[in-house]
Amino acid sequence: MSDPTRENSFPAGASRSDQSTRELEEIAAGGYRYGWTTDIETEIFPKGLNEDIIRELSRRKNEPEWMTAWRLKAYRAWQGMEEPRWAKVTYETPDFQDISYYAAPKKKPEKKSLDEVDPKLLETFEKLGIPLEEQKRLSGVAVDAVFDSVSVATTHREILGRMGIIFCPISEAIREHPDLVRKYLGSVVPQGDNFYAALNSAVFSDGSFVYIPPGVKCPMDLSTYFRINAAQTGQFERTLIIADEGAEVRYLEGCTAPMRDENQLHAAVVELVAHRNATIRYATVQNWYAGDEEGRGGIYNFVTKRGICLEENSRISWTQVETGSAITWKYPSCILKGDNSVGEFYSVALTKGCQQADTGTKMIHIGRNTSSTIISKTISAGRSDNSYRGLVRVLPKAENARNYTQCDSLLMGNRCGAHTFPYIDVRNPSARVEHEASTSKISEDQLFYCQTRGIRTEDAISLVVNGFCKEVFDHLPMEFAVEASRLLSVSLEGSVS
Amino acid sequence: MLTVKNLHASIDGVEILKGIDFEVKPGEVHAIMGPNGSGKSTFAQVLAGNEAYEVDESVSEVTFLGQNLLELSPEDRARMGMFLAFQYPVEIPGITNAYFLRASLNEIRKFRGEDPLDPLEFQELLEEKMRLVQMDPVYAERFVNAGFSGGEKKRNEILQLAVLDPKLAILDETDSGLDIDALRIVAEGVNRLRSPERAFILVTHYQRLLNYIVPDYVHVLYKGRIVRSGGRDLALELESRGYDWIREEADVSA
Ligand SMILES: Nc1ncnc2c1ncn2[C@@H]1O[C@H](COP(=O)(O)OP(=O)(O)OP(=O)(O)O)[C@@H](O)[C@H]1O
Ligand SMILES: [Mg+2]
Repeated sequence: MSDPTRENSFPAGASRSDQSTRELEEIAAGGYRYGWTTDIETEIFPKGLNEDIIRELSRRKNEPEWMTAWRLKAYRAWQGMEEPRWAKVTYETPDFQDISYYAAPKKKPEKKSLDEVDPKLLETFEKLGIPLEEQKRLSGVAVDAVFDSVSVATTHREILGRMGIIFCPISEAIREHPDLVRKYLGSVVPQGDNFYAALNSAVFSDGSFVYIPPGVKCPMDLSTYFRINAAQTGQFERTLIIADEGAEVRYLEGCTAPMRDENQLHAAVVELVAHRNATIRYATVQNWYAGDEEGRGGIYNFVTKRGICLEENSRISWTQVETGSAITWKYPSCILKGDNSVGEFYSVALTKGCQQADTGTKMIHIGRNTSSTIISKTISAGRSDNSYRGLVRVLPKAENARNYTQCDSLLMGNRCGAHTFPYIDVRNPSARVEHEASTSKISEDQLFYCQTRGIRTEDAISLVVNGFCKEVFDHLPMEFAVEASRLLSVSLEGSVS
Repeated sequence: MLTVKNLHASIDGVEILKGIDFEVKPGEVHAIMGPNGSGKSTFAQVLAGNEAYEVDESVSEVTFLGQNLLELSPEDRARMGMFLAFQYPVEIPGITNAYFLRASLNEIRKFRGEDPLDPLEFQELLEEKMRLVQMDPVYAERFVNAGFSGGEKKRNEILQLAVLDPKLAILDETDSGLDIDALRIVAEGVNRLRSPERAFILVTHYQRLLNYIVPDYVHVLYKGRIVRSGGRDLALELESRGYDWIREEADVSA
């Protein structure tokens, strides 16, 4: 039997249902609010990837020897690997020698105090709605801000530190908490897991590290904001979150990028580890630049996110709202190893214009009485293609495993596509696996009905769309839900003329 | 309030309304009757602005509150005070009745230059109107019409009518599918909403409704034309004689 934790592809040949669609109306694109660039002196590596680049990257970050070796091992694995081709997306393979693997603001910010952070960077995040100056911040969220390849500011570290919580850039964790990093890095997503995870393992530049000690409930939400600024660079962030016994944490992730004609690669890896009785809730609002109407430019978002419920009664919950990126390839997954552990996946994926998304989850039931819930909502407009791909695997020892999956698609117009690829692999007869799916369209009737109540078409669409996504938004913290809902409305603006 | 002159409208190239003349003044209640397929719902939908129907603007003239209705978007018609209770109310899963109605009311209030109601203020108003139409408050939190029975949907339309406070309310067969008690409740609701400023157009098949809501005028629509108009006695006559005599008269004169 293959090791389920090293899953790097979906089984082929499962059922699929393509939905053809009925005429709605002409689709146009909504505007992207975050498309500007920050004019800041940046140090960029020459394009290209080889062992010297990796060594230099590692040296630049003052990494210990073991880390350099870890990266090189990943690089060597990557060289022998092939890009995954099973997803329902088409694009030209990025030229990996035409990308720069490191970009950092020149005045290297010392993160001891925010006063020392380049004001231009503070301004950038302010403009993105992420004010970093601590006194101005919402007290309920601590933020780590990643600009191109480096983390520029982490807030609220002192309060968290007093409780033993570590929340810092991963580059810093590698230097200052090497035992934790060595123990957990790659323990959920091994270096050779898949093509993009291997690439990330070789070249990741920064990201967030979180450790919640036993029994501690993190008193505020932790959040990372990723911003790609420099051109012709890739962003390869790495996030590692560990909740020790009985710990609880909620982590929020947001991302934007400038509008550029070329495609930029974003290949992140996120690993979550939940020990006995621990809970990790991970929420993402992904709004990378999606490219223009004709499909020029936009981010290639090839991301590996996986969590392991290592011991009994642990719980991992993924909530994602994916509205950006030219291409999204992403399957936040849960390995339910501990008995009674719980995995959840709540997802909204919206595609418009020429966007392509192939996203979903994997729930791997290993322990007894493990249960998982999958709620996927896809919204397709324009000429976009939106696929849900999910795997529910119940291994022989997983007595009484439970899964409930619900996949709903909403179509706008008749040139978009919605597809569902549910794979179910049950090897224990006591398992109960339920799957429900629906496809609907925003109908003319609904829109007209709203209009006769004084609600114009665009507001009616956002009303219907928000209603459609409600079950997922309910799992986001309030401000995030409001932001997500606003994002959907903005994205769909002009979708029906 | 509403003046319709020589209204011609078609759908998918088939002409359904073939020259309707019709006038409504504030405070009046008009009943429109007529056999199935005669164009009653079409007329209501065209008035509300359904773009699936094509109005022949070269001959048709419709004014509503002094404005050329045919140039107005459906939402502007609604904001100006037109309300259509649908023969087949539409389901909107995911949106609660309360949320939907507040969004709707606030659009209308904005148009009138009034401040929007916050959820609490709205809640009070909604509860009051739900009592008026004797609707269980749980329906406020149900999704708009989703899974409602036929009668519940109709009653929900009347709730919307009560909340939105329109100047002209068009009820397309709101009485069909209602049980006897619901019919009485809906009729009482409408009667309470009758006022010198507000007008009603009631599309109905049943004289029974007109016992409760006594109309000022009754019109018979047949093959896309109003072939006969009269007082409430006309409804009684139709009840006893059926539509055959109307058909004969109309087909002869056509
Ligand atoms: N898309 C269409 N193409 C052709 N004819 C249509 C179309 N839609 C509706 N019709 C016809 O228009 C006519 C009028 O329909 P309408 O719904 O207005 O009738 P009605 O008077 O409301 O009938 P009822 O009493 O049954 O509600 C009907 O004969 C119907 O078949
Ligand atoms: Mg009808």
